Amino acid sequence: MTLDTFLSLTTNGLSVSSILLLVGLGLSVTFGIMGVINFAIGGFIMIGGYMVYVVQGIIFAHYAGNDSFAIFLLALPFAFFAAGFIGFILEKSLIRFLYAKPYESMLATWGVSLIFQQLARNVFGSNNVVVNTPVMLSGGLHVIGGFQIPYNRLFILSLSIVAIVGVYCYLYRTNSGRKIRAVMQNRNMSACLGIPTGRIDSFTFAFGSGLAGIAGCALSLLGPIGPSMGEHYIVDAFMVVVLGGVGSLAGTIGGSLVIGMLSPYLEFITTSSMGRALVFIFVIILLQWKPEGLFVLRNRALD
Amino acid sequence: MPAKKNLKYVISIGVIILVVIILFVVLRKHSSVKTAGKKPIYVGVLHSLTGTMAMSEIPVKNATLLAIDQINAKGGLLGRKIVPVIEDGASDPSTFAQKAKDLILKHHVSAIFGCWTSASRKAVLPVVQEYDNLLFYPVQYEGLEDSKNIIYLGSTPNQQIMPAVSWLLKKGYKKFYLIGSNYVFPRVANMIIKEQLKAEGGTLVGEQYTPLGSTDFSTIITKIKAAKPDVIFNTLNGSSNVAFFKQLMSAGITPKDIPVMSVSIAEVEVKGIGPKYLVGDYAAWNYFMSMKSKRNAAFIKNYQAKFGKNAVVDNPMEAGYFGVYLWAAAVKKADSTNINKVRQAIRGISFKAPQGLVKVDPINNQTWQKVLIGKVEPNGQFKIVWKSSKSVRPKPFPSLISDEKVTAPGVIVKRKNWKRCYEGNCLK
Repeated sequence: MTLDTFLSLTTNGLSVSSILLLVGLGLSVTFGIMGVINFAIGGFIMIGGYMVYVVQGIIFAHYAGNDSFAIFLLALPFAFFAAGFIGFILEKSLIRFLYAKPYESMLATWGVSLIFQQLARNVFGSNNVVVNTPVMLSGGLHVIGGFQIPYNRLFILSLSIVAIVGVYCYLYRTNSGRKIRAVMQNRNMSACLGIPTGRIDSFTFAFGSGLAGIAGCALSLLGPIGPSMGEHYIVDAFMVVVLGGVGSLAGTIGGSLVIGMLSPYLEFITTSSMGRALVFIFVIILLQWKPEGLFVLRNRALD
Repeated sequence: MPAKKNLKYVISIGVIILVVIILFVVLRKHSSVKTAGKKPIYVGVLHSLTGTMAMSEIPVKNATLLAIDQINAKGGLLGRKIVPVIEDGASDPSTFAQKAKDLILKHHVSAIFGCWTSASRKAVLPVVQEYDNLLFYPVQYEGLEDSKNIIYLGSTPNQQIMPAVSWLLKKGYKKFYLIGSNYVFPRVANMIIKEQLKAEGGTLVGEQYTPLGSTDFSTIITKIKAAKPDVIFNTLNGSSNVAFFKQLMSAGITPKDIPVMSVSIAEVEVKGIGPKYLVGDYAAWNYFMSMKSKRNAAFIKNYQAKFGKNAVVDNPMEAGYFGVYLWAAAVKKADSTNINKVRQAIRGISFKAPQGLVKVDPINNQTWQKVLIGKVEPNGQFKIVWKSSKSVRPKPFPSLISDEKVTAPGVIVKRKNWKRCYEGNCLK
């Protein structure tokens, strides 16, 4: 293995990890606090992706510099709030009836994700929509020899670092974040102490959905924006959350790093399909050893 | 709480009644087609209108309906109106099989136009064979199949993949990197390409398959960089292509460094990927929207008048369109919609399609067509850089990889003295 290949596999790994982290973050928060297996997360990723298109291709359609970086950045809050708002409505109308019913929640959110996909098809058409990568993010940073780090991957990496710092500050430094953690640790006790758990639930679900929307924006730089763009990430995101340990921030980081760093190397040594299978096998073995995941959240409730 | 329970019953009964009413309305709409005296001819249109393949199949369905409308506008077929029964295969092979059965048994269709993926075709094949009906299949495919119940409108490997490989070799691209989605079409296509490289003096420097729909190509691109090929031969399908081309460009590989030859990317896909990622790359087909002819101009004009002035058309859509006309010509010739008579009549029948003259081969039910290689232009259209001098005979079983041949529709026999050859170049 030459230095070139080694460097690019390592940066590939970091970049895959950062995407998984963005997708897994939203899932981990909702899965951890409510025990709802949210298959609709793919739908929220898709909403985020389409928001980039809406901002770039519809709102600023007649503005010549609509593929500038500034406009792409503008799409981020759009995606966060649009996905968050739809998440809020979904929680109020459906998810709240499914707490502590993992199987029902799995089926219902799967159905919701199908509805989302068909809605997207009806609104935006069945074809993928085109989003121009901002000029600033095309091309890459030359390091040595033939090795270059694409700017868009550097951007996604920094976006995920910002997101993780943001989520950390929110959960550990603000009042409402503390309430979320309190509910996560012991729902009944929190309720006794006057924390409105119902409201916290809706809010957390909306927050998690918003994060998935941000992930969708990031993915628009790498792949297609279409009705089924989020589907592909559901399995990986769940793997990250389960491997890392449900509801733990450090776990999500750890899980995404393990899976993200592992897959490029395994894929390089074997083939793409085999590499993926090996990652799965690795995760299964790891979960035999640590069934609760790598980072266990200490729970003060009596399970 | 008895009151609440009652409410539940009332609501559920209400919902049931609503569903029944909706079903009734839908069914009535289906059967209330007015017929001008004579009984109409029903045909099935079976494509994925939902799911991952919807992006590609909805336009083909539209083109099929355009041809049916045009025939009806000119007085129909045998003085009867053609009524399309549209079903959704939902990107799922078993749904395709079920819907094909419904079309034949419930709607008594005289032919079915549909399918895209080889998996869906292979699921419908036993159904049309069991109930003896005709499927018109509009997409290029991997070959190694022949049935008296399927008319293959797209190209076989020797009408697309093999000429493309020969052309690349002649252009001086000797080192090939093969990348494809992990299912039957790319696997068989690459099996052929590998033999052809051996026969014609090229080398294989790498081969990779990814799951359908996968969107991370960073490792594959690292491998491509390490292997230093002259050309990438791409048999990826669906939206994976978008990710592949975007990431190829951001990794600093442009068509000038390593061009990509694709066989599943047509105008519709170019539009979805974004032409700027593809300018200078190649594709092999039998029809391009940019072809200059009166018939093609009329086809594009009529399609856009019906489905939007910015709509693009591509090869599978054109095949969906001329497939209806080939069937109609056979029905006219047979003076009947009887499957057996139509099947006899369609052998050797031809039609002036937007791409030029196409003909159904009398021996194997596949279509004679010209081969074109196009280069992507900044406007998303293809500039034709090469075309075969004459119409190419379809060979579903290329002798490079198969020791079988077709002697009559659906009759497959072993070859005597089998030699692995393509256009005079043979393997030892």
